Amino acid sequence: MKYIEDSKTTLGFWIYLMTDCVLFASLFATFAVLRNNTFGGPGGNELFSLPFVLLETLILLISSFVCGLAVVSARKQQKDRVIRLLVATVVLGLMFIGLEINEFRELAAEGNDWQRSAFLSSFFTLVGTHGLHICLGLLWASFLIVRLSTSKLTGTTVKRLFLFSLFWHFLDIVWIFIFTIVYLMGALS
Amino acid sequence: MFGRLTFEALPHDPIVLGGAISMGVVGIIVIALLFYLKRWKWLYKEWLTSLDPKKIGVMYIIVAVLMLLRGAADAGMMRVQQALSSGEASGFLASDHFQQIFTAHGTIMIFFVAMGLMFGLINLVLPLQIGSRDVAFPFLNSVSFWLFVAGMMLVNTALVIGEFAAAGWLAYPPLSGIEYSPGVGVDYWIWALQIAGIGSLLSGINFLVTILKMRAPGMTLMRMPVFTWTVMGSMILVIFAFPILTATLAMLSIDRTLGMHFFTSDFGGNPMMYINLIWAWGHPEVYILILPAFGVFSEVVATFSRKPLFGYKSMVWAIAAITFLSYIVWLHHFFTMGAGGNVNAFFGIMTMIIAIPTGVKVFNWLFTMYQGRIRFTSPMIWFLGFVVTFTLGGMTGVLLAVPAIDFQVHNSLFLVAHFHNMVIGGVVFGYMAGITYWFPKIFGFKLHEQLGKYAAYCWMIGFLVAFVPLYILGFMGATRRLDHYEASTGWQGLFVVAGLGVAIIGLGIVLQITQFIVSIRQRKQNLDTTGDPWNGRTLEWSVPSPAPFYNFATLPAINSRDAFWKTKFYKKSHEKPAYTSFKLPKNSPFGLMIAGFAFAAGFGIVWHIWWLAALALVGAITCFIIRSLDEEPEYTVSASEIAKLDAGTRS
Repeated sequence: MKYIEDSKTTLGFWIYLMTDCVLFASLFATFAVLRNNTFGGPGGNELFSLPFVLLETLILLISSFVCGLAVVSARKQQKDRVIRLLVATVVLGLMFIGLEINEFRELAAEGNDWQRSAFLSSFFTLVGTHGLHICLGLLWASFLIVRLSTSKLTGTTVKRLFLFSLFWHFLDIVWIFIFTIVYLMGALS
Repeated sequence: MFGRLTFEALPHDPIVLGGAISMGVVGIIVIALLFYLKRWKWLYKEWLTSLDPKKIGVMYIIVAVLMLLRGAADAGMMRVQQALSSGEASGFLASDHFQQIFTAHGTIMIFFVAMGLMFGLINLVLPLQIGSRDVAFPFLNSVSFWLFVAGMMLVNTALVIGEFAAAGWLAYPPLSGIEYSPGVGVDYWIWALQIAGIGSLLSGINFLVTILKMRAPGMTLMRMPVFTWTVMGSMILVIFAFPILTATLAMLSIDRTLGMHFFTSDFGGNPMMYINLIWAWGHPEVYILILPAFGVFSEVVATFSRKPLFGYKSMVWAIAAITFLSYIVWLHHFFTMGAGGNVNAFFGIMTMIIAIPTGVKVFNWLFTMYQGRIRFTSPMIWFLGFVVTFTLGGMTGVLLAVPAIDFQVHNSLFLVAHFHNMVIGGVVFGYMAGITYWFPKIFGFKLHEQLGKYAAYCWMIGFLVAFVPLYILGFMGATRRLDHYEASTGWQGLFVVAGLGVAIIGLGIVLQITQFIVSIRQRKQNLDTTGDPWNGRTLEWSVPSPAPFYNFATLPAINSRDAFWKTKFYKKSHEKPAYTSFKLPKNSPFGLMIAGFAFAAGFGIVWHIWWLAALALVGAITCFIIRSLDEEPEYTVSASEIAKLDAGTRS
């Protein structure tokens, strides 16, 4: 019965991730349609700085790796290590989101905000939706940290940690697509 | 402080005011009755906070039926307007009001009637049919239902505070953009659908996991009842289609509120992309609605023909084929957009191909009846009406699938007649049959047969009288959504006939309400004491009626299709079943609360009351967190308790 319980939640969460995948696919499709509709404004090659985005990418990838280590430690029942690794995950995530907000602010300050052109609307929406997901993930991880520091490493908390790591890795994969399709293809076009 | 909300938002038009006041009066009467009968606690404990899928299903159907009355009232107003408003006469509705009415009619009928009836029936039947005590995520199920209610409340709030959208049920931009629809109507539309849509998406995940993980031991996929199969197809469609709706509505919304340019006609926006996106959701949506109706008819026909369903495997493959193909036909909704001959040809051919598995199903039902011992009960009458009207609609659908013909009748009343043919003749008839068929399982007594038959006949005849003239009018060039036309067109006679048809459907609805009242009053004469009133074939009929809250005292073991039917031919063993303890979810008020916050957030965004929206969002998240802190969301029913309960129902 225990096994069935767990497999239900895991399957349900996977299906949820797939629905999120369709959501992002719609936004990617929209971006692909609108990426050249700059309406006389700047295009990706004028706006994006690849070294900056590479830094963002590396931070998010490391955060995902650290999160994976947390799951491994949870399997070994090392609670303190799990908490430390989760804190590291959150810190890296905060750095990522801080960099992203900074990028958005700089763009807006130069007059290239989302009202400038359809291309920029779709850029801000796609990247911003990913950022919003990251924020939700950070909220979830902080909640997990509080729970872990006040209780034992029970079956439920390990399961929730595992689901969080699925979510976090999923966002990483979405980011890889954003990095490739939005930034790389944008900067090189 | 209150954003765009001022006293100007209250209704001024006498017709709208009348609607608002009558809604208020009904609300006050219900609340007063609840106080008078001291039923608040009962309502809260037994219904509003319940996580029992059977109760959630009943609540879904009650909401859907109430919304059916509103949608039908809208339909009646449109028909009267079009019957009157020819030449010199201008009818009784202002054009702006008329536009709001046809928008509300479409929105309500699809999202809050058809979807509500569908999820209601699935909740009632699916766990019983697969031999399960519950759905996979009972709390999520309650959240889904209440989000559906929150969306419904937003649509109806628009009647009293502000206005509803006037841009058609799918709100095509640039008309639905801020430039041409500056009011709150389109925002109401967006957030009602967004909130209800997220509920539907969660339900989709919930039921798919339920089907995949919670079937009784021995029930392999190819032993599942066909209704379960159709629900599975439908839920897969929900899972892959509804996120597109979420994304599209979000983009339209930020176009309107943040000044973005996805679908605007300037700054590089692309309105045609909206039409692609909305139909990439919208076409699967119609199959989401019709597939479970096919499932209902598969159960009804097999039961009342006393034969196993003809061609079970081909039925399953047809469901799978429809599920897949329904994703690659969306462009047939806008052949005239100018995607080019080759693209139109591809989507035209795909649309014709999807008619094949649907045809397979019709023949399977007919062959099931062939040489069967048919009983013409009211679900069967609905089925016969369905076969005729649905086949008719299928043929006009294949006509519309030819791009060259579509160019002639695009956006005409021919199209309107076609999709009502599918939605009334298919979806509504299907769910009406389903409600009649499964009613005794939930309430313990049958509905009044004769009145049910009269209602079905009224619907059928009314449908034909109302929509055959629309086919003809479509050929004569009448476009949809007209609030006025010239007398020289010669259309008025046909519009009057169509209006009569709606009156006959209205009579059918009155008969159905009478049927419910009479059935409840005479329930002692129609009690179902066996749990199997129709001589059924599937597991839901193996438990007593009304189905107990735990569904099954002991989980059934399955070794064939139509497992319950086969057990009827063996002698019952008199051994005591081996009862074991199991867990069921406790009640939870958080579904109700989360939806309350969702409603407040939606209302806040519509009127630009940002503090309210932010506060409500925090409230909803807090509810989720508090709920997740509950380490014991379930209670245990012990083996001895269940033995006692089971003995009680069987004696």
